[in-house]
This record gives sequence, structure tokens and C-alpha cells, in this order.
Amino acid sequence: MIVSNTGKYTVVSLLVNGSSQDIMIRSADTLLCTLRNQLGLTGAKQACGNGDCGACTVLVDGKPMHSCLLLTMEALNSGITTIEGLRHSPVRQAFVDNWAIQCGYCTPGFIVNGHALVTEHPDAEDERIEEWLQSNLCRCTGYQEIKDAIKSALNANNLLDSNGIDTAEQ
Amino acid sequence: MHYGSRTTVGFAEQRIDAVEKSTGNVKYLGDKSFQGMLHAKVATSTEAHARIKSIDTSEAWKVQGVRAIVTGKTFPFPIGPILADRPPIAFDKVRYYGEPIAVIVADHPYQAKQAAGKIVAEYEPLPIVNSVEQAFQKDAPLIHEQSGQYTKLIDNVYPVPGTNIASHVKIRKGEFGKAWAVCKDTISATYSFNLSDHAAMETRTATVEINSDGRVIVHSTSQSPFTIKKIFNQFFNLDVGKVIVHIPMLGGAFGGKGAVQLEPLAYLASNAVGGKLVKLQFEREEDMMTAPCHIGFNATVKLGVNEEGKLIAGQYTFLIEAGAYSDQAAGITRAAALDCTGPYHIPNVWCDSYCMYTNHPYATSFRGYGHPELTFAIERTIDQFADKLQMDPIEFRLLNVIKPGQTTPTQSILTPNNIGDAAKCMTRAKELIGWDGKQPIVSENGLVRAKGVALFWKTSTTSTNAQAGAILKFEADGTVTLTSAAVELGQGTKTILAQIAAERLKMNVSDIHVTMEVNTQYTPHQWRTVASSTTFLAGNAVLAAADDAIRQLKRIGAVALQCSEEDLDVGNGRVYIKAKPDIGINIETVALGYKYPNGHTVGGQVIGIGVHVQRHLTPMDKETGFGDPGPWWSVGAQAVEIEWDESNYHYKIVKAVTVLDGGTIINPMTAAQQMRGGIFLGLSIARGESFEFNEQGVIQNPDLRTYQLMRFGEQPDEYIVEFVETPAEDGPFGARGIGEYGVIGAAAALANGLSLATNVELTQLPLTPELIWRTRRAAYDPV
Ligand code: FES
Ligand code: FES
Repeated sequence: MIVSNTGKYTVVSLLVNGSSQDIMIRSADTLLCTLRNQLGLTGAKQACGNGDCGACTVLVDGKPMHSCLLLTMEALNSGITTIEGLRHSPVRQAFVDNWAIQCGYCTPGFIVNGHALVTEHPDAEDERIEEWLQSNLCRCTGYQEIKDAIKSALNANNLLDSNGIDTAEQ
Repeated sequence: MHYGSRTTVGFAEQRIDAVEKSTGNVKYLGDKSFQGMLHAKVATSTEAHARIKSIDTSEAWKVQGVRAIVTGKTFPFPIGPILADRPPIAFDKVRYYGEPIAVIVADHPYQAKQAAGKIVAEYEPLPIVNSVEQAFQKDAPLIHEQSGQYTKLIDNVYPVPGTNIASHVKIRKGEFGKAWAVCKDTISATYSFNLSDHAAMETRTATVEINSDGRVIVHSTSQSPFTIKKIFNQFFNLDVGKVIVHIPMLGGAFGGKGAVQLEPLAYLASNAVGGKLVKLQFEREEDMMTAPCHIGFNATVKLGVNEEGKLIAGQYTFLIEAGAYSDQAAGITRAAALDCTGPYHIPNVWCDSYCMYTNHPYATSFRGYGHPELTFAIERTIDQFADKLQMDPIEFRLLNVIKPGQTTPTQSILTPNNIGDAAKCMTRAKELIGWDGKQPIVSENGLVRAKGVALFWKTSTTSTNAQAGAILKFEADGTVTLTSAAVELGQGTKTILAQIAAERLKMNVSDIHVTMEVNTQYTPHQWRTVASSTTFLAGNAVLAAADDAIRQLKRIGAVALQCSEEDLDVGNGRVYIKAKPDIGINIETVALGYKYPNGHTVGGQVIGIGVHVQRHLTPMDKETGFGDPGPWWSVGAQAVEIEWDESNYHYKIVKAVTVLDGGTIINPMTAAQQMRGGIFLGLSIARGESFEFNEQGVIQNPDLRTYQLMRFGEQPDEYIVEFVETPAEDGPFGARGIGEYGVIGAAAALANGLSLATNVELTQLPLTPELIWRTRRAAYDPV
């Protein structure tokens, strides 16, 4: 794939939340920028643009990634899942049930990252939870409720289908 | 007042914004895009203090897509909320590194950013004032030569021309000098810390569009929509009614979004492109270096006791670091003075609170408005004094705790109604932390456990005419839409207001629909969403609106039921006869007026309107501080247990306890969220947050990698939150404010515990392992 390296745009297609979408990108566009500005998927936030906060977390082939640090063209051959595609994740409901949401700005990043944790490590203990979630910052909650949410989702993990990703509602 | 059995107030109703936030569908301002919108970017100063000789924009103009470049010459007048001392774009001088010197408007954000990098300013450097202590010195370089001529927007701001003092607020109560002379024992201690950041996860953003008919449409991440209107009116000469401000939900604020900075910049930018819609969104580094931050602080506290160990004299000298401009720091200077003693009864008080200019980014309100800062100084002194007097620190506090019948530093009289029960909070916090006086405890592996406590208070320092309004509009199905200008910034205010409305109307909270966004064109006026004032002001307004609606429902119901209004009651979706509850009609049949079988209709839509304004507040006397600055004092106690590792000076926070008396708690879960989040924020700042400046006054850590917020896993192992509920007669269902309170005692409690564990008096923030090491070395190993 050759993408224009000038100010010009190139049409490419991107697999997001199970459906393939045509988009126009510059070579310098980050995945976060493309998702938000081209596809209207504004659940992922830019809170630092430097990989320091995790507010922009999306799944790339199931792995949580900081979309502010990825170029869109690096993600062209992968499947992207954003918070908008995780409506049925038990982690999302657990955040509501455990009062883990205040301003909500960090929430999509935490839920996406937490979903990946619950999917990949259904038996995660405190240490792994901690290591996994240190990439995300929250300024409102004090993290206790977020930890409770993740733990309750881990406990309820058997409700998850095999890949846990909701493809029904895009 | 309605204290009967309640159905929603006092219950943990789920937040009405939680589900939508969890799906990522909530649109914060940065998530909205508008057709044809242009993008603005600021070019900023590379000097902390310098005269601007010239600004060359020619290279910037060559960048493709640039539509306008605005410099300070376009609007060379100072603005501000308290003292008008800050040109929106630097003019003539720059006073901090990172200050806007030009605004570039372009088609795309990256073009505006490229152009901003090509603005070339030529400066004549001036001597830099790099600390608040330096600013206070007699021969310090002057940052504002004209401070005597600045316009004052509110009372109680007193610049001292020819100095770097932006305001000097005094408290003179009793006879401090005489009392000090007869004290049995005294103590004096000094504390300090640097500026730091709010670091809300959402950075500040504003858009402005100027319609051809002269209406100015603002969208902003602001806690102060009506202040934006006021400032645009005062400084841009626009009709208040022509400025329309929209506020969506905010991604955190912590006081930092109370300041009005981006909106004037976006207005000037839009004006420069013929009124087109311009968006200005700060990146994280700009949000930290260019936008206003949290005050720095230097305090000297002197306390004296009599034979019985009762405090009889207190002297307080506060240097509040405002940075380059006074903004809300001038108000914080006043707020710190009027509560300077903390919740202790001290008959003789002398306080000088100074708002100090430095060549650092300017500060604005931060959750607690001066109180976490003064509490750090007061509560550390109380602990040191107790040690000197060989008293248990909690006993010493309880001996001196302030009570109804006594007076505050401004000589406001306290009553059981306007202040909570501080002693009860302290006693409960003592139990919850497991305080037994035996500490610190050193284990064999070199881990030292210790507990620290802090007692605190705060009034809600609003303007004397601060107010809020609410509208309850009945829908055709009998449900209600609640509209107010309370900004949802994460604190859960919309849920609280819905509960208050539902309780008074005896409806289900799910039948109250709340407008989440603020639009000043149809929401009633509200002072601002700050100062823990919303539950009290907007909550009372909602009650008044509900009563208004109930009157209307009864009036129409009386026609429908052919009885008098006095016979009727409203509840459970019906208007019914009190004495015969089974005779009544559903609200939906009167919500839009009552229609007779023949089609004739009486009444019309039920719309309840309510307003609540502060009662009997007064400004403070210039010489003594005498006055009634706030409606009530919420009080609380916090306690922290830490485990410090002697071998590497690191520590972890084991337990964090908060006990607050904020009157009736409307929703125990959102209240607990606020307390946990509050103490977390306070601990995060106390533990590791501070701007670091080099000799040139440049911040060395302007990003979330080098500026250390507490991360997941570093929070306390356990949070304990409890409430004492001494009702406030004039609060909605007995509630006072609570939003800021969780943060207030955090730094003090942590520092008290750590000082015990490390066996040195820690007097600075942040409490890093390095600070502990340096303090111990200075105490035990002086070179
Ligand atoms: S925005 Fe990507 S990590 Fe912060
Ligand atoms: S809920 Fe506000 S940043 Fe996490």
C-alpha cells in the first residue's frame, strides 16, 4: 500500500468494529485522529497525545494499543475494536454497576483496556491487574471503583463469549 | 421543611450519566465538529519575563491554510475576573513562559500548529521573579508596574502598587499582640510548595462564532458560563443577551475550568476571520504551561496556648503564588484569610494573606480554593505543637475544636445550623484509622507504619448575590424535564438535582429528565459551578420550582376535581384529595392543562420556576476582615496510614479515611465518590505533583510522563468514607456542600503520618522520597 506522503489524501479501507470502512488519510494521520475525525468514533479520547494516559486505547487485533501513537497506515491490515464496539462487554456494565465513572473521560480507555485484560487473562490477580491498568490515568475516581469493576467483570467472566467482542451493533 | 420518610433523597440512585458515559457516546466539546469550522492555535512566549520588541508573522503567513493571525495589538487591554490585569494575548510584555503572544487561525489544526512555530518574537529580557519568596522581597523586579491602575471587578481586592502584591487581605480579631505576650507556650513554623496542575483528563477547549446579526455563540469546557457572558460584556462591549454560551458535560474540572482564558482568545480569532466558527483546543502541554494552574504557597503559622492547652492566639502569614496574573488567586487569598485558623476556636487572630505575582504560569481556583493549602500548614503546626506540649494530637484538636456560639476569624457567629460537628468527625475518624497513640510501629524488616490525621473546615465563598435557578417543565405524559445551569463535570450534580426534584414532587427519579448541557439562552442564571455551592444553591432553586409546580398542579386539579386547592395533595403521579386519596386525577391529565369532556381546557402547561439567592452575605472589612463571607461551614476529619521503607525512603499509603459532616447526604454513593476522588486527588498532589522550574522560569515537566499523577496501583489500599449528617435548616433537605471537601485534609494527614514515621518535620510538598531524604539529612547529618 502506498500512501501519499504530502498534504494529499489517499483512500484506504480500515476494518473497524467488524466492518470495513473507506477513509481518506494522510501518511501522518494517527489512528486516533482517523477514528475520531473520519469515522466519528469519538469514544477514544486524546488526553495527552504522548502515550502517557491511555484515554485513546483501542484494540488492534485484540491487543490494547494507544491509538495516539499508531499511524493509521500501520493499522490497515488489522482489525480495530473501539469502545463503540464493546457495548455488550461485561466490563462496560461492571463500570456502571461499581460506580467507576465520574466525568467519564478516561472511561472508554479503561473499559477497552479492561476488556482486553479480562479476555486474555480471565484469572488475573491483583498484580497483573495493576500492571495492566497502569497505562491508564483517571483523575476523578481514586481507582478503587475501577479496580472493583475489573474484579467483578473477571468474576463474571464466564458470561463472555469466545472473543467477547460485540459484532451485532455497529 | 419536609423531613418525613423519604423515597429518593438519601438513597444511592444510579447516576443518570453513567450508562451513556460507559458506551463512549457522550459528546464532550472536543468530540463535536461543526461544518466549516476553522482551527486556532496559540504561539507562546519563550521568555518568562521580557519586553516584546517585535513580533514577525511573515513566515507564519506563508503556511498553507492560514486565515488570520492575531497579536496583542488587536486587543491591548487587560481583563480578569477579580482584578483586570491580564491581556488575553500578551501586549508590550510577557510575564510567563508559555503565555500566548499570537493566535493563528487555519483550515486544519496541523496548519495552525505549523504556522505557530513560525512566529518570530524579539524580546528584551527582564529580570525573572522565580519564586514567591523572591517576589515578596523589597527590591524584587516588578512584574506589574501599573497594578494600582487595574480595574477591580469585585470587592476585597487590594493591590499594593510598587510591589508584586496583587492583593493584601487582613484579619484582625481580638488583640493578638497582648494575647501572644501572655501565652504559656508558643510555636512557629513555615511551609511551602510550588505551583502544580489540575490535570483534568479533558484539556480545555472553546469554540466561538459571531453571527451576522451580532450574536456570539460560545461553546466551552467551562464551569462558569455566565462569567463568560459577563466578561464578554465588560471587556468586548457586547450585550449580555447576545452572548450565548453552551457547556456540554466536562471531562473533569477541579476548579481549573472556572477561569476564562480560551473563550476571549477564540472570540478574537473568530472576529479576525469575519465571525466564522473557530475552535481552540489545548493540547496537554498547553493545558499545563499556558492555561492557569494550581497556586503555590508559603505560610508561616504562629500559635500560642494558655495553661490549659487552649489556643488563645494565632498569627498567619500566607504568600499565595498567583504567578503572572491574579485571576482567582486574588479570591483564594481572601478565602484563605477568612478561614485561616482552621476549625479551631482562637479568640485573637492576626492574618496577612498576600496574593503574589511571579513570572510563572498564572493560577486559578483549584478544588478547595485555598483550603487544602492552609490546612496543610495549620494541621502540621497543630501536630508539632501537640508534640511540644506532650499532648495526644487528637486530644489537642478536640480541646480546641470550634463549636456553635463561637466566632470565625471574620467574626461570623456559628450556630448549630451553619456548621457541622467537627468533634464528631474527628472522633469517628480516630476510630476508623485505629488510633491508639502507639506509633510509629517499626517492623523487623525496616518498614515503619504511622498514622496522620487532619481536621478541616471550609465555607462556600460565593459572591454575596450568588444564585441559581431551575425550571421544571411538565411533559404531556406527566414526567418532568429539569433545566438548570449547573455544569456536570463528573461530580454527579445532575443526578442530585433530579433526586431533589423527585423527592419534593413525590415522583420516581426516573421520571425526571435532566438537561445535561447548559445553554445560557434558556437555562436560568447560575453564579458558577464551583465552591461546592451547587447542591445548596441549585438544589434550593429546584425545591422552589417544585413548590411552584405543585401550586399550579393543585390549582388546575381543584378545577378538575371540583374542590378547593387546599384540599389537594400531589404525589405518585397524581393530584388527589388529601382526606380521600382514592379520589384524584393523574398528573398527565393536568400537565398541559385540564381538558373538560367538551374540549374546553383550563390551565395550560405546568412549568415550575424557582430561584435561590444567598442570604445576608457581606463583603469583608478592609482593615479587620469583619464580615459574613459564607452561608455555612462543612467540616471533616481525614486520616491516613502509611508504611515507609527506611531502606529506600519510599512509602505506600495503606488506608485513607474521610469523615465529613456536609449535612444531609442526598446520594450516599455519589457523595462517597466525591470523598474518595477528593482524598485521592489531594494525596496525588501531596505525594508527587509539582511544577519544576529552571533558572529561566521554564517548566521542566509539562506533560503527563514527567509530571507525576498517581497511577493505578499507587492509590491507598483501602478508602474508608463515612458521613456525619448534622442537617442545615436552610439547605435542600438539610444538605450543605461537599464537592471540594474530600481533598482538603489529604496533604496534611499524609504529611503528619510521614513526619511521625520518618522522625523529621516535613514542611514542604510534594512528599517525595528525595524530600524525606534531604530533610532527614539536614536534621541528622548536617554538612
Ligand atoms: S492520548 Fe494516547 S495515551 Fe494519552
Ligand atoms: S472519571 Fe474522570 S478521569 Fe476518570
